[in-house]
Amino acid sequence: MAVRAALLALAPGPLATLQDRGRRGWQRFGVSSGGAMDLEALEAVNALLGNPPDTAVVEFAWSGGEWEVRATSCRLAVTGGDFALTVDGMARPAYATMTLVPGQRLRIGAASDAVWGYLAVARGFQVAPQLGSRSTHLRAGLGGFGGRALQPGDVLPLAAEQAPAGPERTLGRKAAAADAAVRVVLGPQDDYFEPGSLQTFLSAPYQITREGDRMGYRLAGPALMHGRGYNIISDGVVAGSIQVPGTGQPIVLLMDRQPTGGYPKIATVVSADLGMVAQRRPGQTLRFRQIGLGQARRLRVEYLEGLDGLPQQVRGIAPADPARRPFWLKG
Amino acid sequence: MERSRPAEAEEPDDGLSPGAEQKPARRPARRIRPLAVPRFLPAGDLAVVVEFGDAIDPVINAAVIALDAALAASPLPGITETVPTYRSLLVQYEPREIGFEALVAGLRDLLRGSLRREPPAARRWTVPVAYGGAFGEDLDDVAARCRLSPEQVVETHLDAEYQVYMIGFAPGFAYLGGLPEVLHLPRRQNPRPRIPEGSVIIGGQQGAIAATSIPSGWHMLGRTPARGFDLARDDPFLFRPGDRIRFRRIDAAEFASLSLNAAQNQPIAVLEA
Repeated sequence: MAVRAALLALAPGPLATLQDRGRRGWQRFGVSSGGAMDLEALEAVNALLGNPPDTAVVEFAWSGGEWEVRATSCRLAVTGGDFALTVDGMARPAYATMTLVPGQRLRIGAASDAVWGYLAVARGFQVAPQLGSRSTHLRAGLGGFGGRALQPGDVLPLAAEQAPAGPERTLGRKAAAADAAVRVVLGPQDDYFEPGSLQTFLSAPYQITREGDRMGYRLAGPALMHGRGYNIISDGVVAGSIQVPGTGQPIVLLMDRQPTGGYPKIATVVSADLGMVAQRRPGQTLRFRQIGLGQARRLRVEYLEGLDGLPQQVRGIAPADPARRPFWLKG
Repeated sequence: MERSRPAEAEEPDDGLSPGAEQKPARRPARRIRPLAVPRFLPAGDLAVVVEFGDAIDPVINAAVIALDAALAASPLPGITETVPTYRSLLVQYEPREIGFEALVAGLRDLLRGSLRREPPAARRWTVPVAYGGAFGEDLDDVAARCRLSPEQVVETHLDAEYQVYMIGFAPGFAYLGGLPEVLHLPRRQNPRPRIPEGSVIIGGQQGAIAATSIPSGWHMLGRTPARGFDLARDDPFLFRPGDRIRFRRIDAAEFASLSLNAAQNQPIAVLEA
């Protein structure tokens, strides 16, 4: 083979990094899990392409930029939101596969309903895992493509020289309502807060500010008062931990959070709602709703069943018979 | 890109409150005993915090490490990851496999056994450190603030045996208990945006070894050529909670030669047989 199969990042979007489900077992050594901000979108794009669910994909924020294929052919797809896609200027839908040949360019614009998007290729990228994962951890310079965000001109090696046989596929997307409440389990340090502040936290809207990244989002709303000071002895932090520093303004900690932290955590977002929180945009609000551990467990089981069922939801599109092309391929 | 500012404080906390500059360092509490029955605090649907007390204390920390070791020796179903910290063990689990009540019951059973069991033997390290000058820019300042000579600061630091309480903040960042009280100091007024990997630092009641280059407001006493985090090793992280550490003083020449050895993957910190 003369040229190695690759996806060329002509102009990757902001914060474009390789992500999979993240790494497990290293938080005790100071490495938090990392992994896709919207796990469901990661699993959806891999299901569309027939990949194992933990296959690493390109995650980007706001818009995905411009890409070109350097292979015989390459099947890809984009999920996460209603991102505006074009191939050589022709519109293509998100949540559907497409096959590109050399010379064709995929442009990924913005979405109206999401922050994080996922661009995947069939059979994945040929990148070695570090500490058991291909997820990029920017702060630690770990994993992914040299431990860093993708830059224009980066060449991502592909595992497959050509696209798999078979028709293109599509997947229906069930998006959460833009104003759906975020379900939380109180604690572990809810006893650090005045009772009135717990009520405030569970009733007032908290706006997502512009200060946010893969580590977490700072929120703005009525200040939460600590009854017992705002320092705790540092303990372990999970994705979804809502910590409240001395300002009284909460911070939702997400995938690239610090492994340990020294501020009281009033509540924790349940795993099923993490992707929804990550996909809310600055200016949008979060309302928190307390649930018990029993309900949280049922939600978790339901959520995992939903993820496990994604491959069965994928539908084939009629092959591209020139006489019967879908409307969006005409012209 | 709108989202560019980090969402969290950019330095490891030191066990002192941020307003502690004016106040004397909080003394470590004496004769603290771990709670006979720890608290089980939910951290969402995927984790529970097993909290043994509310202090930075070697006995409480030993209880955390003992439970962690007991879990490693006889794993409960559904546990995905554990994170030992100063005074609590974060136990992450998959609720599809085990519910909160069953998990807590299993942990209680294990605790009854782990308190009777002999704690696992601690590993003892000797870690070479070059002090002062370019290796430890704050040595003279620390000496002045502690009313000691720089040489006395080094000797005091070398005299103590330290215990790794936990690894946190950044990959391989080891928080060390056992810092002599005369060296307890509030953090620097101006945190540094970066300190080099291998920095041997102190802050509040604690010491630390930074395995990677990080932002820090702690005081730099010296630097070790030992690599706390190295993906080329089978065991990428050198230290783990419960380890004991003593420092050995080296000069600039030995730092240079040991650094070369470290680059060839030779062990630099020495583990007691």
